[in-house]
Amino acid sequence: MRSFDYFAPQSLGDATSLLRRYGSKSRLLAGGTDLLLRLERRLTEPSVVIDLKKIRALSGIKASGKGLRIGAVTLMEEIASSPLAQGRYGIIAKGAAAVGSIQTQNRATLGGNLCNASPAADTAPPLIALSARARIASSRRDREVPLEEFFLGPGKTCLQPNELLKEIFIPAPAGRSGGSFQRCTRTAMDIALVNCAVFLSLAPKRETIADIRIALGAVAPTPLRARPAEDVLRGKNPDKGAVEEAADRAAAGASPIDDIRSSASYRRDMVRILTRRAIEEALKEALGSRQQKKWQR
Amino acid sequence: MAEMKKRLRVTINGERYEKEVSPATSLLDFLRTDLNLTGTKEGCGEGECGACSVILDGRLVDSCLILAVEADGQEIQTIEGVGRHGRLHPLQKAFAEKGAAQCGYCTPGMIMAAKYLLDHNPSPTPEQALEAIAGNLCRCTGYGSIVDAILSAAKER
Repeated sequence: MRSFDYFAPQSLGDATSLLRRYGSKSRLLAGGTDLLLRLERRLTEPSVVIDLKKIRALSGIKASGKGLRIGAVTLMEEIASSPLAQGRYGIIAKGAAAVGSIQTQNRATLGGNLCNASPAADTAPPLIALSARARIASSRRDREVPLEEFFLGPGKTCLQPNELLKEIFIPAPAGRSGGSFQRCTRTAMDIALVNCAVFLSLAPKRETIADIRIALGAVAPTPLRARPAEDVLRGKNPDKGAVEEAADRAAAGASPIDDIRSSASYRRDMVRILTRRAIEEALKEALGSRQQKKWQR
Repeated sequence: MAEMKKRLRVTINGERYEKEVSPATSLLDFLRTDLNLTGTKEGCGEGECGACSVILDGRLVDSCLILAVEADGQEIQTIEGVGRHGRLHPLQKAFAEKGAAQCGYCTPGMIMAAKYLLDHNPSPTPEQALEAIAGNLCRCTGYGSIVDAILSAAKER
């Protein structure tokens, strides 16, 4: 590692002041499970590292009638085990639980996973499916963007050099809803080859899908919303054929790459299969136990 | 840039340390080089193998992916603090009895991961024991004897 100066501000105001002063010469440190690798390999050589973990306002999970707030430096383990992140928000707990080993879970943070902007990040598709918003702070102004607009490319986000990700906000889902998070990997504890999250809500007293969001990871430069697939199902009381068609459209819209972990064509096949499974599981959850017959194989 | 050292105060295995350290030093290097606590091993240096596992403020972590300065004011347990007063911890005894160490390089990290498990779950199932060491690689044993040792230590305690 090249030498750098280190700050661990106690307040958000101190952190944004440091960011204003050092801007692109600085790197933000949360859990460090990605940043330390980049520092060790000299892929990044900041003159200043700003550690955000001492800032209380950036940590923890809070629920209200409006929705769920997760601070940027909240640990994967805290999200995976939080009762607040279960139930209707359960797919974010599942995504967080999928990130790495116990050692990683105990150190890596939600904000770090998102700001690292890996196309395969396991927390991104669940949050996009849940209509999450990124709350961003700087010394000048705060702003909020839908999470799907947060990612610009591998390793690239919409954050300016003077900005930091403060928290993620998930609006409370309306009515009967269901979600599913699916992933496939080469070995039990590897980066996802493909991951997929579905979140849907049903129309009042009916089995029609009022709204659905499908998000895919590791098959494009950024986490991807599968809008053409959603359009097949929105407003429908879907049968198996419609679900298959949505899954086909999700696969057609993906642009996976060949790499050391898998071929593009295998990834595309897996998009179709995981999307189908995720829609079926989300529907089962939304319909509840009595109305599941249609989806039993 | 001139080297800017930071003052670091940590408690390691119950003992207080105060040292000047460069921010660009991993916790692993600080333990091994600055404090000569060489029980904690460096395997991959990338957070994949778990050989550098320590317990930091009650959480099992990879010390290669943490800056020493991040641990300021915190408490660290390393393999050197697992057995006390010259007596082996039940896990250490069980690892020896069950042949759970061959080359031994992963063993300190394995013991820390196993201790973290037993601290939270005193009577794990074989599946839970296997899951608890999923972040720790062993190239010798095939893991069977390690799981046996963890379960046997759990019965001992």
